[in-house]
Amino acid sequence: MQNAPSPEQHALLYRKMKIVRLLEEAIGKLHREGKTRGPIHRCDGQEAVGIGATAMLEREDIVTSSHRGHAHYIGKGVATDRLMAEIMGRATGTCRGRGGHMLVADREAGMLGGCGIVGGALPLAVGQALAFQVQKKANVVVAFYGDGAAQIGACHEALNVAGLWKLPVVFVCEHNEYGLTVPAREQSSVSDIVLRAAGYGMPGEMIDGNDLLAVHAATSRAVQRARRGEGSSLIEAKTYRLLGFSTSDVGGYQPASELAHWASRDPIPRTRSLLVKTMGERHVAALDASAAEEVDAAVAFALASPLPSIDELDAGEYVQGTA
Amino acid sequence: MAELRYAEALHSALVEEMRRDESVIVFGEDVGSYGGVFKVTKDLQHEFGRDRVRDTPISEQIIAGLAIGAAMMGLKPVAEIMYVDFLPLCLDQLLNQASVLPFIWGDQIRLPLVLRTQGGAGAGAGAQHSKSLEAMVAHIPGLKIVMPTTPADAKGLLTAAIRDPNPVVFIEHKFLYNTRGSVPEGEHVVEIGKAAIMRPGTDVTIVATSRMVLESLKAAETLAAEGIAAEIIDVRTLRPLDTATIIESVQRTHRCIVVNEGWRFGGYGAELAATIGELAFGYLDAPIARLGALDMPVPYSQPLELATIPNPEKIVIAARNLMR
Repeated sequence: MQNAPSPEQHALLYRKMKIVRLLEEAIGKLHREGKTRGPIHRCDGQEAVGIGATAMLEREDIVTSSHRGHAHYIGKGVATDRLMAEIMGRATGTCRGRGGHMLVADREAGMLGGCGIVGGALPLAVGQALAFQVQKKANVVVAFYGDGAAQIGACHEALNVAGLWKLPVVFVCEHNEYGLTVPAREQSSVSDIVLRAAGYGMPGEMIDGNDLLAVHAATSRAVQRARRGEGSSLIEAKTYRLLGFSTSDVGGYQPASELAHWASRDPIPRTRSLLVKTMGERHVAALDASAAEEVDAAVAFALASPLPSIDELDAGEYVQGTA
Repeated sequence: MAELRYAEALHSALVEEMRRDESVIVFGEDVGSYGGVFKVTKDLQHEFGRDRVRDTPISEQIIAGLAIGAAMMGLKPVAEIMYVDFLPLCLDQLLNQASVLPFIWGDQIRLPLVLRTQGGAGAGAGAQHSKSLEAMVAHIPGLKIVMPTTPADAKGLLTAAIRDPNPVVFIEHKFLYNTRGSVPEGEHVVEIGKAAIMRPGTDVTIVATSRMVLESLKAAETLAAEGIAAEIIDVRTLRPLDTATIIESVQRTHRCIVVNEGWRFGGYGAELAATIGELAFGYLDAPIARLGALDMPVPYSQPLELATIPNPEKIVIAARNLMR
């Protein structure tokens, strides 16, 4: 398969997916114990999109995310322990606890960044890509958004200008079937968001978002195209949110048959069984164990980290100095 | 010094900063080949090219988003929102991104961007092209809000805004573009955060913004003939506010009028009056007078439109009442 990861990369990407899933489960446990604050939006079931679509990026490339960004963060190289510390509001977090899980940024990793306003980061992604174009850099921006964000006006303005100016943005629409509690069929004029790509003068590709290799291949093609200066692309990754909207969601609206159908397509066991065939069970079990070790260490790091001092607020509202 | 129109002064700031710093880029509606509806960006595209000077679609949300995204990647965007009435269309980007990210993400990013726009009533442009919405953005921490009145300040403050590491909303006034004044040639920077005493006086302090500074100066002439010496302060920077200059003046004059073209209720004049009340209450010999637009849409027909905003006559009456 063209644009396929090497066997070593494939194993690495599986390990990252596993880290995301274990991180989400650890967050669920901390939430039940009353140790988290505010709603947290887990991405269980969508790991293949975030991990697969960031695998080929350089450090200087930028990723913008949504309110459901844990796989995007891990995929782009944000350290698991500092991410967990940010989610727990600790001074050791990537934003010193100021952002929380929806507003994670990590400049060193090229993550700029999470966004709690649905669709709100899409205009920023286009602005970042404008900078790359003006500065004549071959870098790209991968902008993740959902089928919910696809319905907001900012999305239209962003895709129009990206298409018009041939900016190096890869729009990855994670179609997870729900915008909050309402199914996509009750929110969107079309069932396939990819149909809209033609309206913005950019190529569109629809893929199985639970197939890590399909996500990797499609995104690689789009990233290469953007690096060549040929402009934006839209990838629609069909996937499914296996849990509720957030940790505060009481549920009840996702039919049992639908959940069972998608559970059988869970990207983590799917990727795992492929790897077992090529690498053997023992090697894959070692990847699982090392992912668990990393998440356990991240949770321990976060819980042991100090909370920020309120003295930080004395800095005031402005950045000092010159631009 | 050169005698320039306000629009020309803004233009000279843009040209000089674009020549000095290639990270400065300009975009917005009609700013490219047409040179902007108020001609502030005239010929910029010709000199600096279509990469650095771009016409955008009529899409305010992406104009603001482009500025924020490009700024965090090292450019210094100067984006134009044609009328301040259109600023609400990109308010999410200002309120939920530009004002939020520099603090939340800390020193990982800077947002050295300028959003230029213009407002004001009196031109017969109707209810959707005549408002003064500075209070709406002055409410937002992390943004700097600048409203120059004179051509010299237009140049000096725009230069400072472009060089500032924080997001700046720079609000011009449609009636000021053709006003003339002396403007320093070459590099001219006016510090953001400093008010200016435009006319000294001893009897009453009139604190005004934008075109209302000129209306207050006219009122001061009338008042002088009646033996009332009004001190006129041009706020210039609405956020951060130069509280010291204003309070020092009120402590000398013991009377104060605040004049602003936006709506009175919850308006910028309310912020000025509250600040003066908090910090100079013991010095006041009379309640603070607050002039602003009537709390209603700006009507089209001329007598109705003009009656909604403050003018020199209204300012004179307010001053006389304070002196009783």
